[in-house]
Amino acid sequence: MAVAQSLVFQKLRLAFIACGLAWAGLQAYIIHSFGFEWFTALTDSLVSSVLLAAACWLINNNLRYYQPGKGSYANILIWIVALGAAATAGCRYILPFINGGPIYANFMSQSLVIRFFTDFLAIGWMAMISMIWYSQLDQKENEKRKAEAEQLAREAELYNLRQQLQPHFLFNSLNSINALIGFKPDQARKMIHQLSDFLRGTLKKDDQLQVTLNEELQHLNLYLEIEKVRFGHRLKTEISCDEQCGESVMPAMLLQPLVENAIKFGLYDTTEEVVVSIRGELEGNYLELIVQNPYDPKTSRPRQGTGFGLSGVQRRLYLLYARNDLMETHANDNIFTTIIKIPQ
Amino acid sequence: MIKAILIDDEPLARMVVREYLLDFPQIEVLQECGDGFEGLKAIQQLQPDLIFLDVQMPKINGFEMLELVDEQPAVIFTTAFDEYAIKAFEAHATDYLLKPFSKERFNKAVDKFLAQAPVSATIKKDKEELLETAATQSPAQHERIVVKTGTKVKIIPVADVQYLQADDDYVSIITPEGSFLKNKTMSFFEQTLDPRHFVRVHRSYMVSVQEITRIDPYEKDSHLAILKSGAKIPVSKTGYVKLKQVLGI
Repeated sequence: MAVAQSLVFQKLRLAFIACGLAWAGLQAYIIHSFGFEWFTALTDSLVSSVLLAAACWLINNNLRYYQPGKGSYANILIWIVALGAAATAGCRYILPFINGGPIYANFMSQSLVIRFFTDFLAIGWMAMISMIWYSQLDQKENEKRKAEAEQLAREAELYNLRQQLQPHFLFNSLNSINALIGFKPDQARKMIHQLSDFLRGTLKKDDQLQVTLNEELQHLNLYLEIEKVRFGHRLKTEISCDEQCGESVMPAMLLQPLVENAIKFGLYDTTEEVVVSIRGELEGNYLELIVQNPYDPKTSRPRQGTGFGLSGVQRRLYLLYARNDLMETHANDNIFTTIIKIPQ
Repeated sequence: MIKAILIDDEPLARMVVREYLLDFPQIEVLQECGDGFEGLKAIQQLQPDLIFLDVQMPKINGFEMLELVDEQPAVIFTTAFDEYAIKAFEAHATDYLLKPFSKERFNKAVDKFLAQAPVSATIKKDKEELLETAATQSPAQHERIVVKTGTKVKIIPVADVQYLQADDDYVSIITPEGSFLKNKTMSFFEQTLDPRHFVRVHRSYMVSVQEITRIDPYEKDSHLAILKSGAKIPVSKTGYVKLKQVLGI
């Protein structure tokens, strides 16, 4: 990819030089046709072409790293005028050192306006081409990212299915149901329904879909109910979010992996009762979701980047919002905290 | 009367086993345990003949718990899904039950146990092989080492280990908090610990490369590795070659 791109740039550079040479030749011919000697015509055309090329290169380079917004076209125009004026002024003050004589000086002062205009047009043309070229490159990049996002979303969906249909969870839940059938058939039936609803929910959810926090929490509750039956009194959850917060939107199935991670981390790292807390807050333009679980700092050092589930969430956030700063984790006072921010 | 203990962190999972065991009046369930620590304590105190053991449990898993047990009872594993564990079982366990299991399957496992003559020698050998396989397969055992100090269980993160020293039938594990004994061989640790992190520099020593500050020549053909803690570890000729490879010098 990078190699192909550098090849394209090399070709463009050659084309640019060829255009410059043609331009200089044409200018030399025109000046010669005014009755000047070839030497005078050539030096004049070379100097002004080099200056013009420098100005073009400058504006092109500028636009390469800075795409003007809608409002800043005036800025570009000012740049073009300034560069055109600079190139013309360069000719005006450099050339008389090379080519003396009153006739040439006269020709120079008379041709200043036309020189300025051709420079202005040439630079403006260059600016326009650069803008179109780079915005097209940008668009390509965007499209690529979008395609990649879709691809990864598909993978994430599969991964989610595998995760949520994750063998451990499923088989253990079935085992719990098996136990309940013997002495609490009603509860067994209830758990079968919860498990079915949860699985159905995961199957039909589209990864690209935006849901409200309330909807996400509803789905999460099915999962939590099942886990609570499995782990009995050891697992407690606290969920808090206010009305306004519940109506904020978020990508579907983003919270569940975080909570799953917190439960696993909490339950397998301590032997006491575990409280997993889930909090939603509106902070400016962001919906903040905070998931906390206890852990034992003596036996499990919070691994860098943390668990597999968390890195998946971070990747998804990046693909959706092109930002890497939307998830953070802290570990202190035996509490492990994961925070994700969702732009509203 | 056959004494049994159930060890599983899910209460309902223990309930199933208890219910299925009603058909075997000769087996008495002495205790139910929710994690490996409790399980270990109960085994030491009650000396059961048979345990039903889950693999994935809080703090220490089923295999790590077994490593710490001195007098090994017969074990029937019960687990939902653990590809590492299943590999280990297939080779060496008395029997294992995949949750959820049917009553018929459960009866078969218990019958197998009942038919087994109480020959501790074969059980002991099976146990060792099982644990060895489990330890080399399962990722948890690459990250930490569990040891017993008196009645307490200590979990040592591998990152805290400075070096290991052979000590008769034991291996001393030296950490900033002190040294701990584990009833294992050096070659066991050579197999389980990450070879990019731990190097067997001598017949009796294995050292964490991150702890080394200096390597000095010492007598003919041998060297001394000086650790951050100031400890001096002898490095044999072949050990020096291995160490140089890992350090990239």
